[in-house]
Amino acid sequence: MNVDAPAQARPPVPSGAKRLKGRHLLGIAGLEPSEITLILDTADAMKEVAARPIKKVPALRGRTVVNLFFEPSTRTRTSFEVAEKRLSADTLSIATATSSVTKGETLADTVRNLEAMAPDMIVIRHGSSGAPHLLARICRAAVINAGDGMHEHPTQALLDAFTIRAHKGRLAGLKVAIVGDLLHSRVLRSNLLLLNAMGADLCLCGPSTLIPAGLDRPGVRTTAVIDEALDGADVVMMLRIQQERMHGHFIPSLREYFTLFGLTPARLRRAKEDVIVMHPGPMNRGVEIDSEVADGPYSVILEQVANGVAVRMAVLYLLAGREAEESIDV
Amino acid sequence: MKLLLKGGRVVDPAAGRDGEFDILIDAGRIVRVGRDLPVNGSEVVELKQGWIVAPGLIDIHVHLREPGQEHKETIASGAAAAVAGGFTGIACMPNTHPVNDHAGITQFILKKAAEAGLARVYPIGAVSLGSRGEQLAELGEQKQAGCVAFSDDGRPVATALLMRRALEYAGMLGLPIVDHCEDPSLKGDGVAHEGQYASALGLRGIPGVAESLMVERDVSLAELTGAHVHICHMSARQSLRAVRAGKERGVAVTCEVAPHHFTLTDAALDGPVKYDTNLKMNPPLREEADRDAMLEGIADGTVDVIATDHAPHHGDEKLVEFDRAPFGITGLETAVPLVFDRLVHAGRISVSRAVELLSTNPARVLNLPGGSLAENAPADIVVLDPDRSVTIDAAQQRTRSRNTPFNGWELRGAVALTLVGGRIVHRAV
Repeated sequence: MNVDAPAQARPPVPSGAKRLKGRHLLGIAGLEPSEITLILDTADAMKEVAARPIKKVPALRGRTVVNLFFEPSTRTRTSFEVAEKRLSADTLSIATATSSVTKGETLADTVRNLEAMAPDMIVIRHGSSGAPHLLARICRAAVINAGDGMHEHPTQALLDAFTIRAHKGRLAGLKVAIVGDLLHSRVLRSNLLLLNAMGADLCLCGPSTLIPAGLDRPGVRTTAVIDEALDGADVVMMLRIQQERMHGHFIPSLREYFTLFGLTPARLRRAKEDVIVMHPGPMNRGVEIDSEVADGPYSVILEQVANGVAVRMAVLYLLAGREAEESIDV
Repeated sequence: MKLLLKGGRVVDPAAGRDGEFDILIDAGRIVRVGRDLPVNGSEVVELKQGWIVAPGLIDIHVHLREPGQEHKETIASGAAAAVAGGFTGIACMPNTHPVNDHAGITQFILKKAAEAGLARVYPIGAVSLGSRGEQLAELGEQKQAGCVAFSDDGRPVATALLMRRALEYAGMLGLPIVDHCEDPSLKGDGVAHEGQYASALGLRGIPGVAESLMVERDVSLAELTGAHVHICHMSARQSLRAVRAGKERGVAVTCEVAPHHFTLTDAALDGPVKYDTNLKMNPPLREEADRDAMLEGIADGTVDVIATDHAPHHGDEKLVEFDRAPFGITGLETAVPLVFDRLVHAGRISVSRAVELLSTNPARVLNLPGGSLAENAPADIVVLDPDRSVTIDAAQQRTRSRNTPFNGWELRGAVALTLVGGRIVHRAV
């Protein structure tokens, strides 16, 4: 299908970076603030595509993108797939249950076999931290990290930043509280790097059993008292309690977790009047967040999902490189 | 044929000797050590100015992988790597397939070692059957077959009760228990030192106290039983403290440190190659304070032995996700360059102390022959070229595996010659 692209939809050229330095997006670590801004600005333009009657542009026509998901994922996988389709890429999604991984094939061999089919990009979600880095070492394709173990989930942090910026107009100087299982969360690690780099003021909160070593740094402090974290917050980001990881000795019970750390309307009153409440999903209602808050007026949780598509379009587009950039207006 | 090593600085702490001497070898033994020995028809090996002649090095912590995992290493390839690294003797851990918990396996290892005819191989038998931590292996028969110590290496001796009995029983036989110290519940499924780097990289952490808790247990049990416990590959500063305190009270405890633990820290994980599985070993690379404590213990005498924990793994096994990769790196062919570059040339220890850590003490700890250049001792000798710079090239090493984090490193300190039983088994080109 041939789609005429309106000129006004070309991404605005930001003052700093014009393209990404790296070939891959393995994490927020390694991105410079100007590159983060470039992705967010590009996502602004991409968001406009979703508002059109025909939500498709030919930017990645003829490119092959493989979505390689070794962990169950609904939100992230469908978000990438929608983003790829809106950019006209040929896409292929592989989930572990249907691949040779179950036959004992190593990740390296799986990827070498995929490479033989010459994909341009591989989007990978994997339970082991660093799996995308291994891919990047052995692949010709550009690698996009869609979540690796307890390490990073860069596109989630980018869509979170995009959502925050849409509401607050900036990231620098904002008070952001992140509450939950800090130890196991890749969403936390990416958000920490991104928001810290962009000058936000972070307060991280969770039970002391779930606070890993080495988080504190200028602009970042940790606390086990949720009220302290919420005080005057512009943004409250709740992290999922992964029940399968609790093993009975990180927290005594989900009930007690909610008592001590659950986000309730009463607690939320400590935050600023125009606070926004975020959650990367999937939510455990009544564990980390009260339904009244999740569905309440401050919640931007569904907006996050919508923005995910625009941000992932931006990442795919920018990584596709100069060729895609120059051949086609978005 | 007699062999005369002429020139060179003889460093033999066991004999209190450090100076210019010649060494005369006959029928595999050292016949004389003296100044300007007459040639009298011997074959002369002229040593260069600055070369060091030391008793053959002994690595008391090596994984030879045979029987069972010959794709990683064989007894022959491991013995070849040993002599290339200056080691004339190596003690091999029992975690083969099957586990060396039986005299028949010890005999097999010794037969293969004799066929290889390179380094001397000293088997370490399992403490418990299958190293499962349930029932004592037949330690007495294992000793008769040739085992020099007992260990469930790779795993700690599981319970305090089993450790107590093992110490008492091995003590009766006059052999030490060599323990890989780690509390299994604190280690959990950790893959890296618990600290800022593991946090940032999302790797599950192993705290230093997972090691030191078990060291404290072992020191207490050695005290109770009066038997000798040797602590493997110490990495945590708390462990060093526990050993030091034990030694001060007169407990029969000795310990070793591996070259990677006095050279690297967990910061390397965040290096140019992220998630490099050649930086994954157990115990893990720890933080700077731990590394510095190891350096201090090496210098002040708390550490008895430098042992490599040579743990070869095939490249395919290491080319996987970090948390799925096996623990361990090779060490036989990088130990001498690291000891000289990082310890001797860095001014932390003397040449004599280096020889003590690599030869005199390992022999003493496991009561092995060697470790000295005394007259009538077997002529197991290493000649070191301390000022030659080498670039580590994993592909050129004699070990079957290439899993070293030191590939490409340029280090000052090399092996010139290795003699086992008076025979030159390695000569650097």
